[in-house]
Order: sequence, then structure tokens, then C-alpha cells
Amino acid sequence: MHSVLFIVIRRLGLGVLTLFAVSVMIFLSVNMLPGDFAEAILGQGATPEAIAAIREDLGLNKPAVTRYFDWLFGVLTGDFGTSFAQANFSAFAGEATGKGGIGSVAAQLEPRFMNTLFLAMVSALISVPLSLTLGILAALFRNSAYDRAVNIGTLSSISSPEFFLAYVLILFLAVLTPIFPSLSNIYADMSMADRLERTMLPALTLTLVVTAHMMRMTRAAIINLLASPYIEMARLKGISPFRVIVVHALPNALAPIINVIALNLAYLVTGVVVVEVVFVYPGIGQLFVDSVKIRDIPVVQACCLIFAAAYILLNLMADVLSIISNPRLRHPK
Amino acid sequence: MRYQMNRRGVLKAGAATMAATALTPLATAARSEPSRGGDLRMGIAGANTSDSWDGRTHSDSFMIMHGHGCVFDCLTEVTASGELIGELAENWEASPDAKVWTFNLRKDVTFHNGKPFGADDVLESLMMHTAEGAKSAAKPIVSAIQGMEKLTDHQIQLTLAAGNADFPYLMSDYHILMYPAGMVEEAIANGIGTGLYKVENFDPGVRLVCSRVDGHYKDGRAGWFDSVESIAINDASARMNALMTGEVDAVNRVDFKIETLLRANPNIEIFEVTGNQHFTFPMLTNVDPFTDVHVRKALKYAVNRQEMVDKILLGHGKIGNDHPIGPANQYYHSELEQLEYDPDKARFHLKEAGMDSLAIDLSASDAAFPGAVDAAQLYQASAEAAGISINVVQEAADGYWSNVWLKKPWCACYWSGRATEDWMFSTAYELGVPWNDNHWDNQRFQDLLFEGRAELDSDRRREIYHEMQALMSAEGGTIIPMYANYVDANSTKLTHGPDLGNLWQMDGSRIAERWWMA
Repeated sequence: MHSVLFIVIRRLGLGVLTLFAVSVMIFLSVNMLPGDFAEAILGQGATPEAIAAIREDLGLNKPAVTRYFDWLFGVLTGDFGTSFAQANFSAFAGEATGKGGIGSVAAQLEPRFMNTLFLAMVSALISVPLSLTLGILAALFRNSAYDRAVNIGTLSSISSPEFFLAYVLILFLAVLTPIFPSLSNIYADMSMADRLERTMLPALTLTLVVTAHMMRMTRAAIINLLASPYIEMARLKGISPFRVIVVHALPNALAPIINVIALNLAYLVTGVVVVEVVFVYPGIGQLFVDSVKIRDIPVVQACCLIFAAAYILLNLMADVLSIISNPRLRHPK
Repeated sequence: MRYQMNRRGVLKAGAATMAATALTPLATAARSEPSRGGDLRMGIAGANTSDSWDGRTHSDSFMIMHGHGCVFDCLTEVTASGELIGELAENWEASPDAKVWTFNLRKDVTFHNGKPFGADDVLESLMMHTAEGAKSAAKPIVSAIQGMEKLTDHQIQLTLAAGNADFPYLMSDYHILMYPAGMVEEAIANGIGTGLYKVENFDPGVRLVCSRVDGHYKDGRAGWFDSVESIAINDASARMNALMTGEVDAVNRVDFKIETLLRANPNIEIFEVTGNQHFTFPMLTNVDPFTDVHVRKALKYAVNRQEMVDKILLGHGKIGNDHPIGPANQYYHSELEQLEYDPDKARFHLKEAGMDSLAIDLSASDAAFPGAVDAAQLYQASAEAAGISINVVQEAADGYWSNVWLKKPWCACYWSGRATEDWMFSTAYELGVPWNDNHWDNQRFQDLLFEGRAELDSDRRREIYHEMQALMSAEGGTIIPMYANYVDANSTKLTHGPDLGNLWQMDGSRIAERWWMA
């Protein structure tokens, strides 16, 4: 078990390094975008004086390196800073916004991130069992009409852009047969049932996007094992094909399946941007889009860090779980 | 002298003008009498996570609508038919030179937290705009006030640095909201105003829920809904979708691409008005060749305005006449001779300028207005026939306002328009102001501008502003090919009075006050 712990620690260390690299890249690329917050927020009112005043207020006139390290030290001490938009408006109002106060990025992100997690959870609860079932059945009845239909269906849904899937779902499930609402405007004081109902269409869209990958990996991993001698032995003993697959093949196929599931869970957290905009879902993706539009660097940075952290952690989890599910990896020679 | 202005009293007398300006499709025959009840649900574009109840920062539709049109009030209000009436002010008087204004405030008005409204609130709310470090968009208006005095608890006197006959109009500006004195910060944080609806829940950039207050001074004339719920939907397709699927009852900024689909839906109405919003091509008249009035005239005749309205606005607009005063203005000169596309006249003026042909650059980007580059290309094609070759320079959208506008000799631009003639002219056409994008130096025009500002006599002002519009149209340095309509849509569950405000979108941004359930 010690080796597992060691791997986790080493991977976490690497993860922190990755996060650092990501933050440098994000900072550079946001800075390379033409225009800055002052110009974006002022629009036609962008007289040189007004731009200079806002840049002065937000410290945008400092060199990029200084700004980056100011921000980095803030993050290391748990302070994600104040979003430019909030800082700018409190400058309008002439009141101070403190660390971690109403205007802080952390306070702004938290409810949005919770919403995104909720959506990811609902999608995962639908898509994981669904794709496992579909995959196992496809392995069981491989090369049958069912197998082909499932493959064609999931592959075409993963090949379509998300917004297209979203509009197809809206057309069929909200307009033609109004089962679900087309707007997913959930908010804090909503009952769980309402919340689930409102989240259903974006969750289904995400399900359509991630199912193909997981389902095909399940199918492939199982079929791969079906040629092994121990499976043949089991079949010779007269065990039913279903039992062969679920009891004998599946446990050994878990490692690659878990890997793919974790990757797709990461996608559920980070890939929601377009889906959230289409369904007006108040999650982190929508906030991200709004912030990029006005070049609100602190918010964009924080969102990117969250996305990167989600990827790193879920990948780590995938590795750990596949080690645990595989005795050979658990006890390396 | 008791002085009550009537915004379009004259225009109303000439009903023909009204018919020409208000494109409202009032086809639905009999409108029901207003009655209380129902919940208004709207999908509104123009919301940001940085939105707050600070009127000084309001610049996008969501807060404009819910600031002065729902939760807060101003001193004065422009009605749907364009008349100026008192909102928190009951009435007002001016000194003959339009310098000293006395406002009598409404009594028995309370803020949503129970605090009674009075003179102190007005003074403190006005001073917010000129406070140290405050970057209020209404600063030019308020800083023109030299002295503020509380006469009684419900009467104030404002002394202006220079006479301004439009001052009560300016007090209807959506930035100048009335806050409770001594608790302005709290009011900004929680949205405590005197409006018809009080804030129940506000998640900036996401959603606002308001409920009707009991017993309001506007009872009987406005505020028919029990509650208002506005969802921020900046994405155009999602917004149209929300209306089509009945998730909301009204949306702003209709997406023209799916207009036919909306029209095909029997439960949806599109309502549109021509306001003051206009698209322009300003030229720096102190830069050659635009210094020559004949070159400017040649360019005025070389543009096919109707074609631009048809192709750029897809018909949702009205041709302009090279002056910035729109149908929502009080002294809009509707009788002014319309500039038409005429390549021969353009050629003639080019000859007068001593040229056989002319080659010039026109800088454009879709940041100037949606379709600006296409509009410049249409201009290029129509000017070709007059021997003018326009080279369309496509500029980057980012930084357009800081690098191109006010800098390049000829470019594309837009104006949302201003409520008063003087405000519009003095924002962009008075010599020496920062946003003057044409540098047009015409002595007569500048003299009239100052005369009109302090003139209280309505007939004389009409003469002045009509002459200014005619001057600009004939010789000015800005091509104004079109006014863009405000196009919004609603479900047939809602209905409204005979007029629709055209100052802003969504019935002058006061849909929550003026509309009711059919």
C-alpha cells in the first residue's frame, strides 16, 4: 500500500507544477488578447483619460511580470483577488472591497462552481450506468444489430457539436413535446425536484457527449478479455454468457474503464461552457465566457485553475483506482 | 413662472407625424383595460456579473430596465407618448433665464425600507455623481449644478452654472436615481428605492425577482404585475428560445435571423419603435479632403440610405438625414427635405470641389455597429457610380473606440441618441468637447446651440433646433444613413397601452410599470 501512497504524493507534486505551468500559459494568452479590461468595459467611452484612470485603479499599468507574481502570491495565500469588474464598480461607488469580501473572486466563483458540480453529478449519474450497461450489452451481443445501432447512435452523438445536440434536445423535449423546460435557470432557494427538472436537458446533452467514449471502452475492454483462456474455461464449465461477462470478464476490464470514466468526469466539469450558455445555466462556464469577454483576468485565471485542477485530480484518481483494481500494479516486483 | 414642458404635444397635433414615426404594430384591435395581477417573466440581454444598484454605473439594458424602470425612481419621467411628467417631483418652476430650478417633491412617498422620501434624499442622491473619484456617466449633468438648496422638506432649489431649458428632462436620466439619504451604500447593496417593485432576490448577471409594493403613488396609472422575474440571457438564440417555449413572456433585442419564426408563432408579437439610436460615418472636417463642403455634399448624395436600411437593418429602421436628432426627440424636424441617393448631384459637387474623381479610405469594424463593414461596402458600391472610390479599411474590433474612432479621418460609429437635442449636440457636435468626432466648425450652428440651451420658449426652441438640423443635414461632417429600431418581442399573454416609449428598448425600459396581463 506504501507504493500507492508514494505515487499519490508524487502525482500531487507534479499536479501542482502543472497548475503553475497552466497559470503562466493562461496569464500570457489572456494578456495577448487584443484590448484589455479598461477598453472592453468602456466601449465607445474609451477616451484615453478614462482608460488610464481604470488601469491605474486596477494596477493594469504595472508590468505583466509584476502583476503575475502579485497574483501568484495572492493565490498561494488563498486569496484569488478581486474581479476587475467588481473592483471597478466599487471604485465607482468609492467603497472598499476587502479580501474574501463580496467582490472577491472566490465569493463570486463558489455558488457558480457548486452549480457546475451539481450538473456534472447529475450527468455522471445518468451517463456512467447508462454507458456501462450499453457497453456490457454490446459486448454480450457483439456484431449484432443491437451492437451496431448503439455504436452508430453514440458515435453520431459524440461527433455532433454540443450546441447542436442541445438544440436537438430542446426541439424534441421542450418544443415538440414539452417535457422539460428549455431554460435551466436554477437558483439557490429552489427545491431539489425543480432543480433536477431544470437541470435535465443540459445533463442529457452532456450524457450524449460522453456516453460514446465510455461505452466503447467498456465494450472493447471486455471483448479483449473474452479471448483469454480463463474465459474459455468458464464458458466450457457451462456458465451463461451474461455471467461470464459480468462476473469473470468485467472485474479484469475495470482498469481501462475506470480510466475513461474519470477522464469523462473531468470533461463534465470542464467541458460545460457551451452547454451552460445554451441553457442559461448559471455555472462556472457561463461566468468564464462573460469574464473572457471583458478580459477580467482574475476570474478567468481562477476558472482555468479550477478546470486544470479538476483534470489533474480526476486523472490522479483514475490512476489510483486502476492500481487498486489491479493486483499486479498493487504489488509491483 | 409655472413651467411644464410637453414633449411631443405638437407632434401629437400633427398626427401624421406620429404615424410616420411610431412603427408600433398595434394591430391587435381592442386592448383590455389595465388590471392588477400576474407575474411578468422576462429574458433580458445586457446583464453582467458586475451589475449593481448603483445608478452611476448603469449602462446596459438589464440595469437600465430594472434601475429606473422598476426598483428606483427619478425626479421626472418621460411617458410612453413622450410627455415629460413628474416622477418623484410633483412639479417644477424655472427662473426666466432657465438657471434656477425649483422642484416640489411628492409627499407621502416611502422607500422600500420604510424611510420617508424628502429633500435630503434628492440632494444626497445628486451629490453622489460629483463625489470625489466617482466616475458617473451623469457627471456632466450634475456638475452643471452650481448650488443645491433645501427650501423645505419637500422643496429643493437647484442653481445651474448656465441656463438649461432641458434641465427637467435631464433629471429623467436613468443614471440619476433617488436613494435614501444616509444609507446610500446599503441601498446600493440591497436595492432600496421608491419604485413600484421591491427587490426580493438579485443574483447579478443571473436573475432578479421583484414583488409589487403595497400602496404606491403610481397606483392606478402603473405597476400592474404582482411580481417581476427577469432572467439574464445574453445569448440571442437562448433568449428567443425561452420566448418560443413560453419560459418567459417578453424578451429584448430580437434576433433578426429568426424573426420569421417568431412571426409565424401566433402566441408571439414583435414590437418595434424607431428611437434616437443611429449609425453614423463621421469625417474629421479639419482633415483634407473633408474640409471642402462640396466633398461632404458629394458624399451625402453618394450613399443609398434606403438600401442600407433594407440590407443592414433588414428593414428594422428608418433612413437618416445626416443629423443626430431622432423621432424620440422633442424637436425632431420631420419636415426636413430628405437627402436622397443621387450620383449626378454627387458628381456635380465633386466638380464644384475641383475634382474629377475622389479616392478616400473609410475605416469600419463591426464594433462600430453590427453590420458596419457591410454598410461600408454598400457605401463603396453606391459611391462608385458617382466617381468616388471608397477604400473600405477593415479595422480590428478590439480597441476600435480608442484607436480608430476620433482618430481616423473617416470611420463608422454609432450613437444611442440622447433624450434632448441640446444633450445630443453638446455631446458630439459642440466644438471642443471630447467626443466631437467630426470637428465641424460652423459659427451659426455653435451660436444656435448656446441660444437654444437657455431658451425657455418652446416655439423659439423649435425654430432653433430645426435650423440646426437643417444646417447639419446640408453641410455637416457626419453621414447618418439610418436610425436603428428597438425590436423586442412579447407573448400575447401581455398587453400594453396605445403608445410605446421609444427612448429605450422595452417600452422606454418601463415594461414592468406600464404593461399588464391581457
